[in-house]
Amino acid sequence: MPREPSTARTTMPVTIAGQTVVLDQSGAAWLPATGDLLVSDLHFEKGSSFAERGRSLLPPYDTAETLRRLEKAIRRIAPKRVICLGDTLHDLAGEARMAESDRNRLARMVAATGWVWIAGNHDPAPPEQYGGEVTDELRVGDIVLRHDVVTNPDAAIPAGEVIGHYHPKAIVRVRGRRISGKCFATDRRLLILPAFGAFTGGLNVRDDAISGLLRGDFQVFMIGRSGLFAFRRDALVPDPKRAA
Amino acid sequence: MTAALPQVLSGWFAARDWSPHAHQLAMLEAAREGDSTLLIAPTGGGKTLAGFLPSLVELIEAGEAVQGLHTLYISPLKALAVDIQRNLDTPIAEMGLAIRAETRTGDTPQAKRARQRRDPPQMLMTTPESLALMLSYEDAPEIFAHLRCVIVDELHAIEDNKRGDLLALGLSRLQALAPDLRRVGLSATVAEPDRLRRWISPTREAKDVRLVLGEAGAEPKVDVLQSGARIPWSGHMGAHAVPEIYGLLKRGGTTLLFVNTRAQAEIVFQELWRLNEDGLRIALHHGSLAVEQRRKVEAAMVRGDLDAVVATSSLDLGVDWAAVDLVIQIGAPKGSTRLLQRIGRANHRIDSPSEAVLVPANRFEVLECRAALDAIREHTLDGVPARPGGLDVLAQHILGCACAGPVDRDALYAQVRTAGPYADLPREDFDDVFEFVATGGYALGGYKRFQRLFRTSSGLYEIASQTAVRDYRMNVGTIVEAPTLKVRQGRGRVLGEVEEGFVNHLVEGDTFVFAGRLLEFVEVHETSVITRPGQGDAPAVPAYAGGRLPLSTHLADRVRTILSDPARWSDLPEQVREWLDVQRWRSLLPSREGLLVETFPRNRKHYLVAYTFEGRNAHQTLGMLLTRRMERAGLNPLGFVATDYVLGVWSTRSAEDADLDALFDEDMLGDDLEAWMADSSLLKRTFRNVAVIAGLIQRRHPGEEKSRKQVTFNSDLIYDVLRTHEPNHVLLRATRADAASGLTDVRRLADMLARVKGRITHRHLDRVSPLAVPVLLEIGREAVYGAALDELLGESADDLIHEAMDNPGTREFGFDAA
Repeated sequence: MPREPSTARTTMPVTIAGQTVVLDQSGAAWLPATGDLLVSDLHFEKGSSFAERGRSLLPPYDTAETLRRLEKAIRRIAPKRVICLGDTLHDLAGEARMAESDRNRLARMVAATGWVWIAGNHDPAPPEQYGGEVTDELRVGDIVLRHDVVTNPDAAIPAGEVIGHYHPKAIVRVRGRRISGKCFATDRRLLILPAFGAFTGGLNVRDDAISGLLRGDFQVFMIGRSGLFAFRRDALVPDPKRAA
Repeated sequence: MTAALPQVLSGWFAARDWSPHAHQLAMLEAAREGDSTLLIAPTGGGKTLAGFLPSLVELIEAGEAVQGLHTLYISPLKALAVDIQRNLDTPIAEMGLAIRAETRTGDTPQAKRARQRRDPPQMLMTTPESLALMLSYEDAPEIFAHLRCVIVDELHAIEDNKRGDLLALGLSRLQALAPDLRRVGLSATVAEPDRLRRWISPTREAKDVRLVLGEAGAEPKVDVLQSGARIPWSGHMGAHAVPEIYGLLKRGGTTLLFVNTRAQAEIVFQELWRLNEDGLRIALHHGSLAVEQRRKVEAAMVRGDLDAVVATSSLDLGVDWAAVDLVIQIGAPKGSTRLLQRIGRANHRIDSPSEAVLVPANRFEVLECRAALDAIREHTLDGVPARPGGLDVLAQHILGCACAGPVDRDALYAQVRTAGPYADLPREDFDDVFEFVATGGYALGGYKRFQRLFRTSSGLYEIASQTAVRDYRMNVGTIVEAPTLKVRQGRGRVLGEVEEGFVNHLVEGDTFVFAGRLLEFVEVHETSVITRPGQGDAPAVPAYAGGRLPLSTHLADRVRTILSDPARWSDLPEQVREWLDVQRWRSLLPSREGLLVETFPRNRKHYLVAYTFEGRNAHQTLGMLLTRRMERAGLNPLGFVATDYVLGVWSTRSAEDADLDALFDEDMLGDDLEAWMADSSLLKRTFRNVAVIAGLIQRRHPGEEKSRKQVTFNSDLIYDVLRTHEPNHVLLRATRADAASGLTDVRRLADMLARVKGRITHRHLDRVSPLAVPVLLEIGREAVYGAALDELLGESADDLIHEAMDNPGTREFGFDAA
């Protein structure tokens, strides 16, 4: 039914370590205080990585589609700086497989605004030929932006962290139907961004890999067609319990 | 006539005091002249023997001279292939013939398969999928070089679906490997024999296939149960009639009870056992039960050790039993052809009539059962709309051919067109599918270097890697099932399988009925659901995917005819007549050709009920499209519910003054349909099946669970991206073609809208009409389709949002404002 649900909103502000972070329906987030736009896990050329391994000739349009969505978000939000939280490329050889037109498009985007590449596990060396700053982590006020959480046991736990890496998705059960979708997950200290890439799937936030990082009372903001939907942890369906 | 048979065969017949049926001899004569044949005969007519008789004669006459595989028998059921082989072994042994008959299915051990390739038996019983696999071997030309006859059993069950497409393509290739091949189709009674002749024909012409008809059996004796109980207004389970059904079982003899869904089978089985004070031996049979369990039930049935079996379509086909005395169909039959075939299971002796009782589960089903009864008496069957072969299946076939050896593209096109379902395949479509197999077929040429088929200097297409060959063999076939998990009692015995989607709903301690037991969910262990015996009596019955067939067009027409003509009501139960009488008085009766639409207020909402009778799938599509229009007309629709007979929509504003001709205009199948398809979960599911069959995404195999993230790919994401960037890609075309039937049934909807144009009658009422009650009762019981996913999300998204929305500090802002 085309009716707009009353509770759907296309943006949703949350507070992480005292600082406002606005979650966006596109899967990006932004920091009003600094004008930074955050996106994570673009996974450019995921489709062609399957083709290269002889597995499947998936549609070669995922990079173009991801770029289109990113351009749209940048146009709408007009950030001062774009920060990619890692795994921009699906694999190290991905850049070589990118179509000429996609490369040009990306180059134009990077040239037009401030840009920071944070290293991910798929792409420890982000694509620096486009310009922009390359780093492992970035601090904005009390918030640390990284690909994954700080794992060094000697390091101080930051007051606030925004990361990607886990591709969170949530499942809710409504009137007997299961609805799943990419989501933001946060406990007000840690915020995990959904994967932005067009071909990126998700991991259930109730999986230990994600819920283990968050306090028990975390909540998610699920991405629907018309906006974001908030759910508390208790409302989320875990994957079936699997014995060890 | 028996003189035509070799001595050893006629002697064998004579020793049993048998003589061959006329149709068996007709098959023999056709074979002697090298003709392909279609045999249409009711069950119990010695159909299978008729199929094999010519091959036995040829093998006997040729003696030692026969080498290699002579006859290939293909059945849609593994069990049937095994059973037929056993049934052949007996006469072969009794006549002392030097003929080897073997089976080859997915269950055949690797060593035996390898031996069958080296040294094939004279007769091989197999399935469409196993045939496709064998044809993908490099040595396929040697294996099939001497093949003289291919027999396709239960052709009626396979010719109009994708398994049939795959088999038809396989036959086209077999014919090329063995040009003298004779084809034989065996079928139950169907509405249009010429369709099946075209399908089995080596030339796609019906005239090149000889039609042989078996002797007609005695007229079946069929009745509708005259229940003394109150007939429910809605629901599909038929539980109200179980005491009377039990009474029929107590009369003695063996009874087969057919139901429409596995969930219904579990409920009827439980209810019967609740009443079973006489200790009747009642068993359960459905497609989710463990194979061994099903085989045990079948074997007990053959031995005559059972009084009754509650079964789903799992017993529609298969092994012949002589011992069934009565068939009971619980719930609406949905079509006359399948009903007739089910009734045919009652008695496999051709000369005595089958007996059957139909048990309607609600008032509309009373009309439907009545309509089915008339159809059987008047010998009218359901027509099947023509559907061209699937392009996804063609992609799989092309890849299979390339696995066997280099492919000549033009020659393959010519060969494919000899397959009935592909007789009219345009070259353009073939080329698009071929390109898809070779390079992905995308307008953006980026994948040329990753091609799956490459062109050799001689112009042939060769497979690029062994990975592609292995992937093909792992994914062969057209049956795309929801992933399933085994249900185990404790860590022990496997009871059967349930869809993963069902298990995902369970939490520890939930109970459900399965295999006739109440089970409590404990946990999922690897690919198994671990359960313990459950306590209490309020289970959540397994809700399996699919299983419910929509009402056939033919029966729908008959139901409308009965409804519109009170003179035909005399046979109906009193309560149903009264229901219709009140309807006539309070509103109108739906007419045969037109469309009755009622509007009325109820509980501060406004209802619109359309008596369309086009089956659940078409109604769901209509509901989606109609509510879009009502939205635009400012009627504020809130949701809808679709049954097989009726569509009901509710809204905040009344449609009493709406222009119904405009609302139901055919143009809803244009842009609105396109827009809906972009976002429809039904279309996404259809695309997933197409993508798996065509080899774009891989099936999930047991054992890959642990690395699931690596091997599976979310087909919804691919669908979205492909629709945006290449909306005319061949796989999207294949998806739209599938949408014409099946889950969305767009074609049937189109036919209906055309039929009722200018014939819509609108009645505005001050309250609900009698005929509208059943659909209103379904609200809350059936899934509400009108509500899109977001609407449901909005319904349950928690109060946090409201809090957030009410807080003035959190209004939307952008950087421009910041």
